[in-house]
Amino acid sequence: MAEVLVVVEAGVKKVTLEMLTIARGLGEVSAVVFGEAETGKLGEYGAQKIYHAQGEEVDGYLVAPKATAVAELVKRVQPAAVLLASSQEGKEIAARLAVKLDNGLLTDAVEVAADGTATQVVFAGATIVKSKVTRGLPIVTIRPNSVTPSPAPATPAVEPLTVAATEADKLTKVVERVAEQKGSRPELTEASIVVSGGRGVGNADNFKLVEEVADLLGGAVGASRAAVDSGYYPHQFQVGQTGKTVSPQLYVALGISGAIQHRAGMQTSKTIVAVNKDPEAPIFELADYGVVGDLFKIVPQAAEEIRKRK
Amino acid sequence: MNIVVLVKQVPDSGAERTLSASDNTVERGSASNVINEMDEYAIEEALKIKEAHGGEVTVLTMGPAGATDSIRKALSMGPDKAVHISDDALHGSCAVATSKVLATALGTLNADLVLCGAESTDGRVQVMPHMIAERLGIAALTGARKLTVDGSQLTAERQTDEGYEVVTAATPAVVSVWDTINEPRYPSFKGIMAAKKKPVQTLSLGDLGIAADEVGAAGATSAVLEFAQRPPRSAGAKVIDEGEGGVQLVQFLATEKFV
Ligand SMILES: Cc1cc2nc3c(=O)[nH]c(=O)nc-3n(C[C@H](O)[C@H](O)[C@H](O)COP(=O)(O)OP(=O)(O)OC[C@H]3O[C@@H](n4cnc5c(N)ncnc54)[C@H](O)[C@@H]3O)c2cc1C
Ligand SMILES: Nc1ncnc2c1ncn2[C@@H]1O[C@H](COP(=O)(O)O)[C@@H](O)[C@H]1O
Repeated sequence: MAEVLVVVEAGVKKVTLEMLTIARGLGEVSAVVFGEAETGKLGEYGAQKIYHAQGEEVDGYLVAPKATAVAELVKRVQPAAVLLASSQEGKEIAARLAVKLDNGLLTDAVEVAADGTATQVVFAGATIVKSKVTRGLPIVTIRPNSVTPSPAPATPAVEPLTVAATEADKLTKVVERVAEQKGSRPELTEASIVVSGGRGVGNADNFKLVEEVADLLGGAVGASRAAVDSGYYPHQFQVGQTGKTVSPQLYVALGISGAIQHRAGMQTSKTIVAVNKDPEAPIFELADYGVVGDLFKIVPQAAEEIRKRK
Repeated sequence: MNIVVLVKQVPDSGAERTLSASDNTVERGSASNVINEMDEYAIEEALKIKEAHGGEVTVLTMGPAGATDSIRKALSMGPDKAVHISDDALHGSCAVATSKVLATALGTLNADLVLCGAESTDGRVQVMPHMIAERLGIAALTGARKLTVDGSQLTAERQTDEGYEVVTAATPAVVSVWDTINEPRYPSFKGIMAAKKKPVQTLSLGDLGIAADEVGAAGATSAVLEFAQRPPRSAGAKVIDEGEGGVQLVQFLATEKFV
């Protein structure tokens, strides 16, 4: 059986385990790891082999050396497919890989069939598309929260991977990496519960209410564009057309009207609940449970009730 | 500084969007089309750099004949001229082929700086800047929320999930921007009038020396096999808060096993 390469981002995210799960249906799973590797976790989800690259060539530059390394590996092992995360970095590596190999690529897949056919959800979640790479091997980026990761323990052999970066690969240097308020909350795109606030939250200080509910439910915090533009919450938490796409088990929309561009990022969520004082707010059209009323009364009461039940 | 801004025309994300039933490509004929929103930020950034450092700003678009509307709109913000790659054979081009066409055109434009949006709202593929940089063998600084130009030295702050990264490169380079980088200006009346007279050069595939079968459906590296509308979500229960709304909400969450 041919190998399937799964390109792993540092830290082994949930989407990594999803990719490993999908990859098992396509061939023998090999993880390609840049930076620190959690060998155990990768093995637990079915990696038979780990190609491990590290060092200055990996950390010091923007994605290009990684793409070169993956391209060399593809030429060497002739895999059945390459899977990457639908993150900025995953898409960027995929982009360069596709050009290097003169090969097609598919982004934001939620499923990949054994024959390489990928399922994508496009146009604000309104349309489902099945597509296929028709030149070369399937290079597919996987959207987080697409499948439930399932373990399949293996003991991976670890093989060092050399990164032979070209001069062109080294044109963009990373001079600083700054971690901002990470905290203990799950990452937005990977969280199984997301609690988002909109313009209705009123100001940055009030976002504490949204954070409180998120923490009580063990979820991540999101925001509408209006909330971000008004400076209530940082941009990286924006959900929607020009922000993150989330697909959690539960999405809680507080003071969000539900504009089409906001829906674009959340309407494939499993369960949606909304609090809005306007009974005509479009968010109610897709909410499984909606409460019409003032969020400043409803949300603190809900928080108290969750505490009581714990 | 010689700056080229990549501007794509896309179907309005606020309107109904669909694929064409005849060939599974994005329906661009009937949709109301606009400048890809993120590209307006790229135009603004180009104009700011020109204002501070001098130079020229060229808009580059690959798209059907109707894309001229978006090109004129882009020019009304202030760029000097535009290049429009338009050819019937381009219909149905994949990202890989599009990058070949744009890179070939860029090769003739001698840009120090190529500015573009971080992603387009129709495909949301976020691949064009790196594809172009890969083809041209130049630097790519992608997803910039801040860009500083110091002579030929570029420094960008790029948002990551964890925080941000500071990346640097020398020109020539491709820089893609997010909507946090600036506030695009509205075209003035004068700008709109001036745009009508600005030069727009139209290029065909032949002008670029690219064969028709390298692009379009014929040269595509991927294909949409089928598509279907997702069943729309239906509204569930809606209660009006009469003092117990928060408790009712949690009761619902409890029946769904979230608490
Ligand atoms: C190209 C483009 C891309 C875009 N991308 C995005 C995107 O990525 N993400 C995004 O979110 N938007 C995006 N938008 C913007 C989108 O169109 C909406 O403007 C935005 O989503 C509105 O945010 P909101 O719902 O928080 O604000 P509003 O529409 O102002 O809604 C606020 C809601 O809060 C309710 N409310 C107010 N006070 C209270 C209270 N005390 N209690 C309960 N409810 C209250 C109001 O009834 C109202 O429904 C985009 C727009 C464009 C044109
Ligand atoms: N056909 C095109 N013509 C001009 N610019 C484009 C075209 N396609 C993509 N771009 C540019 O590349 C950016 C990223 O697009 P994408 O990779 O398609 O998400 C866009 O914001 C545009 O600036």
